[in-house]
Amino acid sequence: MIRLERRLDRPWWLNVAVPAGSLAVALAIMGVVLLASGHAVWSTYRQLWEAGFTGNGAFSATLISATPILFTGLAAAVAFRMQLFNIGAEGQLYFGAVGASWIALQLGGHGATSTPLYVVAMCLGGGLLGAFWALVPGVLRAFAHTNEILTSLMLNYVAGYFLTYLIFDSSSYWRDISSLSGQTFPQGKPMPSGAEWPTIGTSVVVPLGFLVGLAVAAGAWFLYSRTRFGFEVSVIADSPRAARYAGMRTRRKILAVMALSGLIAGIGGASQIGDFTHTLDPTGLQAAAFGYTGIVVAALARYNPIAVCFVAVLIGGLQNAGFTLQGVDFPSGLVGVMQGIILFCALGGELFLRYRLRITRRARPQAGSTPATEAAS
Amino acid sequence: MNINDTLLVIVLAQAVLYGTPLLFAALGELLAERSGVLNLGVEGMMLFGAAVGYWVTQEVHGGDPEVLALAVLAAGISGAAMAAIHAFLTITMRASQIVSGLALTIFAGGLGLSAYFGTELNLADEPSTHHFGSIDVLGLKDVPVLGPVLLHQSVLVYASWVLTLAVALYLTRTRWGLNVRAVGEAPASADAMGIGVATYRYVHVLVGGALAGIGGACYSLSITPGWVAGDTLVNGAGWIAIALVIFSFWRAELCLTGAYLFGALAALPFALQAKGTLDRLPAGALRAPELYQALPYALTVVVLVVISTAFAKRRLGAPAALGVPYVREER
Repeated sequence: MIRLERRLDRPWWLNVAVPAGSLAVALAIMGVVLLASGHAVWSTYRQLWEAGFTGNGAFSATLISATPILFTGLAAAVAFRMQLFNIGAEGQLYFGAVGASWIALQLGGHGATSTPLYVVAMCLGGGLLGAFWALVPGVLRAFAHTNEILTSLMLNYVAGYFLTYLIFDSSSYWRDISSLSGQTFPQGKPMPSGAEWPTIGTSVVVPLGFLVGLAVAAGAWFLYSRTRFGFEVSVIADSPRAARYAGMRTRRKILAVMALSGLIAGIGGASQIGDFTHTLDPTGLQAAAFGYTGIVVAALARYNPIAVCFVAVLIGGLQNAGFTLQGVDFPSGLVGVMQGIILFCALGGELFLRYRLRITRRARPQAGSTPATEAAS
Repeated sequence: MNINDTLLVIVLAQAVLYGTPLLFAALGELLAERSGVLNLGVEGMMLFGAAVGYWVTQEVHGGDPEVLALAVLAAGISGAAMAAIHAFLTITMRASQIVSGLALTIFAGGLGLSAYFGTELNLADEPSTHHFGSIDVLGLKDVPVLGPVLLHQSVLVYASWVLTLAVALYLTRTRWGLNVRAVGEAPASADAMGIGVATYRYVHVLVGGALAGIGGACYSLSITPGWVAGDTLVNGAGWIAIALVIFSFWRAELCLTGAYLFGALAALPFALQAKGTLDRLPAGALRAPELYQALPYALTVVVLVVISTAFAKRRLGAPAALGVPYVREER
């Protein structure tokens, strides 16, 4: 019979072996799905790898896909660390994009040209608006004990409709009503030229937003592993009651962590505007679902900010390969299926980190215990 | 002017139509939660059920009744299959119910399996061939107010009423139903009584998934009818269904009222546009359809806040072991 025993210590190799094993199982399951829908398994995997990482210019494109989910992944990770399930990174990113584009348009109106000024101002504006939108479920959770999962999710839809309203159904500040194309089809105002964030490197092009994301990750790692704040967050996560007895202010932590999470997602929205779209584009933002992919990234990284950086690049590669290969051989949705399977396998694999499997034979009544159970006892 | 053509009656009749998928999904989630398992994958299961149900109506040829019955059955099975993943991960593998449920929505949802399934089989290009029509019960559809609201609806609506009654009776009047509640409230005691905690949880999570799948099929076979890529078909109804379970204090009969309230909110923008009411409003934000489209989601937040402040201390109705994995050795 199979028994599970809680592990008291975790051998170091397990931290490598379990994720690797989970990934292998995920690839195997994915292979079955591909076979069942009539695709060649091995060549699909090879195509994915080339289109995502090794192909000409593939890695630069992967970094473009990785940038937004690096931010949303970090946003989810810092909140989930405290068992605070903010799944509103999607809407917080929209608001970040709204705030950043407002600041950029304002600065453009005043004739600013210095790009560093734009970058800082857009991060601030986007981050603040993102934090504001995250504080709505945060305040409700802290003061009314309202389930933050549902409220933060519902607010994603509200934010989405707000975004659509700004560009499609109003003559808001963000909407381009002056140009000819803007009059025929609703679109956002183009950003001033100074608001285009620079890229770094030539053979591999790194968007500035990705570097900002890495810096945020380093900051989050420091905050969570080297400060009193981070320690208190982990105590609250493990045992809210113990934290209360120790005099930790849970309410303040909830507000602070939600604001931090929204801030990071909001900067992600600013980076979308500054690095890539250069206009407020409701349809594109809503179709991309960066917020939800961020949850996958955070969960796979087990909420570790440094691990988020690597997982974001991996998942970004998968998404980028999905865009490149999309067509008859590679229908849309396949990338989402793959992400889901990888996440399921990672979740299942967690069991082997926490427990050890023991396969024992049932003890025969007269012969006493078998060697296996002796070893266990 | 006929009273049945007024905006109010139209919204009420549509409320029942739009409330039905919410009701199916919420009853399913209620069963799962009563057994102690929170399943946040409702949205994904609904989207997949919608796609599979629609596919069956395209593939199977025959009369409306047989084809639609088969489609609903298939939607239920596919929802249960998705729920089985969640059940395995959370009950057997002891994974976090929250993360696993979110993973299920991402896996099965509009950017995942249902999109894959739908685009592989070109569902979006196929016109709807079979869909649930309204039944004129006893020829009473022209009775003022009651006619269009209650007596001129589809089979799915009448089935959902029977189901609500069945779930309510099951949980309060049958041995199994009482056992489920024991499993959800105090799994260790239930286990000591000889109730198979894992079995009960598996069964109810799977049944919950099946009902979510059928709820999804309400969209592709009755409301829309058709299939579109992305998550606009269900558009957050799965999440509202989860909120509904909280509003209804985990009681089936209250799910019904809640579902129709939110059905009315979901129907409002369509009814306003169809009647041309929006164009008569003063220009500005009030005329924007987005305002009315965002209303169900914003109001869900408001109701959740009211419920949580009013009942936070008593935790009215919530199963005590909700969200907690049961491990016999560690109780």
